[in-house]
Amino acid sequence: MFGKVIGRRLIFSAFILLAVSLLVFGATLLLPGDAARAILGQQATPERIAALNEQLGLNQPAWQRYFSWLGGLFVGDFGTSTASGGSVAQLLGERVGSSFILMAAAAIISVPLGIGLGVYQALHRGGRRDQAMTGLSLVFAAMPEFVIGIGLIAIFATSVFQILPAVTLAPPGEPVWGRPEQLILPTLTLILVVTPYIVRMMRATMIEVLDSGFVEMARLKGVPEKRVIMRHAVPHALGPVAQVVAIQLAWLAGGVVVVEFLFRYPGLGQALIDAVTYRDVQVVQAISMLVAAVYVVVNLAADVVGILTNPKLRSAA
Amino acid sequence: MTTETTTVHHDDANVPNEKIVLRVTDLKIATTAGNEILHGVNFALSRGEILGLVGESGSGKTTAGLACMGHFREGLKFASGSVSLWPRGDDTAVEVVELDEVAVRSLRGSRIAYIPQDPALSLNPAMRVGEQIREVLDIHEFGKSEAERTERVAAVLVDVGLPGDKAYQKRWPHQLSGGQQQRIGIAMAFAMYPDVLILDEPTTGLDVSTQAVVLDTIRQMTVANNVAGLYITHDLAVIKDISDRVAVMLRGDLVEEGPVESVLQDPQHEYTKMLMSAVPDLAGRKTIGEGAAAEPEPESKATHILVSDKKSKSEDTNESARAQDPADSAGGAATSASAPLLQVTDVALAYGKAQILDGINLTLEPGDCTLLLGESGSGKTTLSRCIAGLNDDYSGAVRLRGQELAKSTRKRTNEQRVGIQYVFQSPFSSLNPRRSIGQSLTVPLEMSGEGTAASRKAKVDEALDSVRLGRSFYHRRPGDLSGGERQRAAIARALVNQPSVLVCDEITSALDVSVQASIVGLLRTLREEHHLAMLFVTHNIALSRHIADNLAVLNKGTIVDYGPTAQVLETPKHEYTRTLIADVPKF
Amino acid sequence: MSTNTNSLDDLKSAAVDGGEVPKESQTTYTPFFKRVLAQKQGKIGLTLTIIVLLLAFCGPLLLPWATGNTATEFVAKPFSPHGLFGSDNLGRDVLSRFFAGGLTLIVYSVLATALGMILGAIIGMLAAYVGGTFDAIIMRLNDVILAVPQLVFALLAITVLGPQGWVLVTVIGVTHAPRIARVARSATLGVITEDYILAAEMYAMPRWKVLLRELLPNITGPLSVEAGLRLTYSIGYIASLSFLGLGLQPPAADWGLMINENRIALSIQPWGVLLPVIAIALLTIGTNLLADSFARATASTSVEA
Repeated sequence: MFGKVIGRRLIFSAFILLAVSLLVFGATLLLPGDAARAILGQQATPERIAALNEQLGLNQPAWQRYFSWLGGLFVGDFGTSTASGGSVAQLLGERVGSSFILMAAAAIISVPLGIGLGVYQALHRGGRRDQAMTGLSLVFAAMPEFVIGIGLIAIFATSVFQILPAVTLAPPGEPVWGRPEQLILPTLTLILVVTPYIVRMMRATMIEVLDSGFVEMARLKGVPEKRVIMRHAVPHALGPVAQVVAIQLAWLAGGVVVVEFLFRYPGLGQALIDAVTYRDVQVVQAISMLVAAVYVVVNLAADVVGILTNPKLRSAA
Repeated sequence: MTTETTTVHHDDANVPNEKIVLRVTDLKIATTAGNEILHGVNFALSRGEILGLVGESGSGKTTAGLACMGHFREGLKFASGSVSLWPRGDDTAVEVVELDEVAVRSLRGSRIAYIPQDPALSLNPAMRVGEQIREVLDIHEFGKSEAERTERVAAVLVDVGLPGDKAYQKRWPHQLSGGQQQRIGIAMAFAMYPDVLILDEPTTGLDVSTQAVVLDTIRQMTVANNVAGLYITHDLAVIKDISDRVAVMLRGDLVEEGPVESVLQDPQHEYTKMLMSAVPDLAGRKTIGEGAAAEPEPESKATHILVSDKKSKSEDTNESARAQDPADSAGGAATSASAPLLQVTDVALAYGKAQILDGINLTLEPGDCTLLLGESGSGKTTLSRCIAGLNDDYSGAVRLRGQELAKSTRKRTNEQRVGIQYVFQSPFSSLNPRRSIGQSLTVPLEMSGEGTAASRKAKVDEALDSVRLGRSFYHRRPGDLSGGERQRAAIARALVNQPSVLVCDEITSALDVSVQASIVGLLRTLREEHHLAMLFVTHNIALSRHIADNLAVLNKGTIVDYGPTAQVLETPKHEYTRTLIADVPKF
Repeated sequence: MSTNTNSLDDLKSAAVDGGEVPKESQTTYTPFFKRVLAQKQGKIGLTLTIIVLLLAFCGPLLLPWATGNTATEFVAKPFSPHGLFGSDNLGRDVLSRFFAGGLTLIVYSVLATALGMILGAIIGMLAAYVGGTFDAIIMRLNDVILAVPQLVFALLAITVLGPQGWVLVTVIGVTHAPRIARVARSATLGVITEDYILAAEMYAMPRWKVLLRELLPNITGPLSVEAGLRLTYSIGYIASLSFLGLGLQPPAADWGLMINENRIALSIQPWGVLLPVIAIALLTIGTNLLADSFARATASTSVEA
């Protein structure tokens, strides 16, 4: 049964990716009539425009272009960057790792932190600390990531202290983890943006669970408070919270763009901004697809958590 | 509270004696904001006896019960008084409300056990049932060895009439029926051989036959284990069935206490008398809700006495006379000479393999009332919604004055829609909270395109008068109204269009027993005033003689017994009807 | 079998909604804004929002007084004769650009939010009310849009259509819609099972009237919370896009753009960055606090009947 449910989800995930690919490709059809000129600008020579048309396959009908693009995705061919002339896969290949490190670091810290703080708040609900933390999480959840990032730079890198680098110092080619100190501020920014949502959801879910009949029953059975929380309450809160965590992690894939730009961090986000500025369509398409894939994968993981924490879903015939 | 309420005691079993296991003295509980909600409650629980704690919603009965375990729900706090417990083999009393966390925890589940209201919500859905029983034993360190605990889990499961084998213990709560879940709850409570048992409406969500089984189990276990029980409920019939003594609560006060027979048969306090008179009896010897029609708010007038024996006898004979000859009362109201007012023929409905309704035939003449009786899942709501046109998936025919009705209410003609009016079960859901009562009540008139704004207002006012709410309710919103008032408003909405048939779907099941009585009384009056034909749908067989001429018993989608009320009750044809009648707690 | 997927979906939408939208209430209606203002969050949120709004709307009126301090030197120090907060790398007065730079951000954000709310509320309510295949198709399409983060979506649109105002408003509004639709849908599903909806059906009330008169008033709570949240996010996205250099184009005065232009000089002349950063922070905090107090105001009506 378990396998069947997961199989169903897998098929659905594939459908989502396929639909996103249609959407992403469809967007390019909105390019102004003379796409090549729009990309290259008014001064472009006719030869260059013709070459670009050829390169983008704009001479072919749309559906044919779609399928050859889609086919390329499956074999790792993401097309050619019009700005650099190199292959998109190669351009992104170097950067995927850097972005992944940033996101993974942020996720590994913020998920347990968020769950822990949420549980703490739920257990002390109404108290002064709970209220203060609720206020703080509202404040941090509100601010756009670049505002938080600049605040951190002002505090830790320029105006107040000058203990951390404000931008990434690694020269191109050197791995970002070569100088761990340059990872601190970008990671911290992402953590500050993501954690409040997890905290709030965990708090709300825990409060609901703590008010439920079976938690009261466990207390009336004489179960010690610690066991009430760890054995009876928390497992029930994890299912719903996993969904929020998934949404937040998927969001990381988008939010990382601004953070990378701010810290001049050599990742996918930086590449995406450059590509948008130069209207490098194939790079933008490729990154959009990668981000959608991240979304699908983390959601699948959240579904698995949801099923594992709910025996009704696990064992239902 | 300036006036001290004194409890009426029927005997002196409450004074200190050796049988007493738990004693509550002058217990006061307040909200954290400081409002007192229990004003000094006294009662005692004795070994091998069950004390029934009765009261309507908001009387504080659950709060009092949980206080016996030293537990106060979120927002409540202990104010003053004492709860003393004499555990087995201990001569000195333990003061429950003064113990620290750890000590009180060691009592809970072992010396004082709790059986909750809704087993579906109270069992941890992510824990196997055996494990949940085992947890109690582990925490309180039952016995000497692992093996002994394992054995105990199996034994207590067998005690409550469930299989004790490993496979059963490995089940999840959602794989059990409601009755089985509740028996797991009972097993959990008895696992540690407790001294005191707090039962918080443990049979409320169950249907009559399951309730009978669960009550049996509780009674046997209490006697076998020599436990003192506190049975909290709003249902006087259950109290009579299960408890030895009874205590009646009213808004945070204990008003009367004594042996069951004595309190129920010879109530002293006005409130108890009122309660007793409001409980419908199967035999129909009294008239519930008499005079209630004129009193829109009996729930706020606890001292009002509603018993009237003289009238009830005449009504009784009157009713059976009418029941014997339904056609007699048809009178001149019928427009088509021969066709009955409402006729349901061969109505059937199935969702996939599940046959919800099967070959239903019913007839209703003008001024007639048929009671449609069925347990949850019998299809009674589905049937009444088919008649009202709210469910169009059925096959067969519903005819009004001989005319076959379209299946969906939207396809019926205006006149047909007006002819049949439906009143919903829950008054808390049937009125739009964002619109005034007047606005909600105008809808039927507006949709049938009748009259001007002024004439509609007049009709709504008239309807509000006829349900004894009064015109002042026109501008109020549902949120300001009590349950009984809301239900009256909902009935008024059904009346504005002068219907000939009223379908009442479990309209008293969400209400307290005294409010139920007043609504039943109101319906009786309305029937006479408006010459209404009524289909009264309920799960409560005890109501039948109080309202209906005819009785139809619905079981699993088929009508198994149908005829004049007296005849069905006295000579039931079907086995199912006989069990139903037998399972009703008698008064 | 299908129940498995259904309950998983329910779990999912419950998760999405649960964090931010309280359970629908079915009780007394007391003036909404009174309840909002009765809370600390509500008061602070409203004050912050109003301060920044006043600044953004009245700022341009103060320009004649503020401008005129142009310096020829690169980056003038604050509190100097070259303007109260100095000048930027092109010698432009920071204060006057700050006064002028909030209006577009706020107008765009409000428009994007309004677009998203209208689309989302209609889609969500219809999906819940019509149900069946229509609902399933709409929700699956929603899932597709949800799979791409809003910012990435906006970047894709800007690549294709260029960084123009209407593109920003439309793409943010349209990508808000499925998120709002989820909330509107689940709020509607909570109300649609109520008997008063069935009662309206029974009296054959026209369907648009059912939606408008019976349903909509009962989901305004969650919708207003959602509006507050979405406004906060809209401000964040539009400011972010400007910051990335993909919103308003130079030489326009705009907070996000100012931050981008001045951040190189953060250590020498921090005010060119800090003024707009503080303004954006206060505005988003204000609207988010308001959204939260909406949520509490909605929840507090639910007195157990």
